[in-house]
Amino acid sequence: MHEVSMMQNTLDIAIAQAQQNGAKKIDLLTMNIGELSGVIPEALEFAFDVLIQGTMAQNAQLEIKTIPVVCHCQRCDRNFQPEGYIFTCPQCQQVTTDVLTGTELELASVVVSDYD
Amino acid sequence: MCKDCGCSSAIDNEIPTLKIEERTQQRRIEINQGILSKNDRLAEQNRNYFQSKGLFVINLLSSPGSGKTALIERMQIEQILQEYGESINLGVVVGDLATDNDARRLQHRGISAVQITTGNACHLEADLVFQAAQKLDLDSLDLLIIENVGNLVCPAAYDLGEDLRIVLLSVTEGEDKPLKYPTMFKSAQVVIINKIDLTEAVEFDRELAIANIQKIAPQAKIFQISAKTGTGINYLSTYLFSKKE
Repeated sequence: MHEVSMMQNTLDIAIAQAQQNGAKKIDLLTMNIGELSGVIPEALEFAFDVLIQGTMAQNAQLEIKTIPVVCHCQRCDRNFQPEGYIFTCPQCQQVTTDVLTGTELELASVVVSDYD
Repeated sequence: MCKDCGCSSAIDNEIPTLKIEERTQQRRIEINQGILSKNDRLAEQNRNYFQSKGLFVINLLSSPGSGKTALIERMQIEQILQEYGESINLGVVVGDLATDNDARRLQHRGISAVQITTGNACHLEADLVFQAAQKLDLDSLDLLIIENVGNLVCPAAYDLGEDLRIVLLSVTEGEDKPLKYPTMFKSAQVVIINKIDLTEAVEFDRELAIANIQKIAPQAKIFQISAKTGTGINYLSTYLFSKKE
């Protein structure tokens, strides 16, 4: 349910950046969404389609890059991609809390056009 | 770089009038900004503000009906966080989609409580908490508890400026709750299993539940309590006292 307010935040940031760069149109938004972010990409896409109406992004595409979870095992000093949500090191079976990537909730970039 | 021929002349300082074909030319702007960066910034402001007031702040999260309000009532009854003979001044900001039932329930116990009704929003955000907290006499309080909207999904992503995040799980919800809602449990510093007075009646396997919490959230300190009877509250109290110091 919070995907709507997150998408609104994203659009606000994108529009402000486009305006600062003298653009009148946003053609593409690229987001990085971590698998551990608690956000469902489909729900973001749904919110996007509704929220862009009447804005400078109304013909824009949304590209969502899913960022996999990568953990670090301190004992083995190695990185690994866990299977599922229990972050067990495949080498020593120790459970870790050290998460390197996978929590991202970012607006990575926008593609703009139609300048002042 | 020069836009006309690609030479490396530095002409970027002045923005030239664009030709028609340049106006429609697409350009990528790198942003790399967190979507919740505004909330994160406001949460940090809250943290500094609460600290300046000498307040210890807890963000209390769970499913609806796990006993968040009952736990706060029990904290008041047991005078949690206080040394012998002193009385605690407890303040609560409570979030729900509708009604002020919880705030009234707490006020009835003599607790300073202010209700946030979020409408349809499924979580509290830092600015809402700040505004609501202004309605409490913060200077007179020792402990501020933010009772979040009952939801194990969305509130996980929102820092409110708390010192400690507690996730509550009741025995009636099943042992696998941490496996089903990993993001929330991974964000917790403390996980409390509540309603342990009902353990046998609902055939809840406490050892299995604890093992599940430890797998998903190895960082979390685990307590087993009954907010209704007060069982186990003394351990929680000792822990919170050590955290506050």
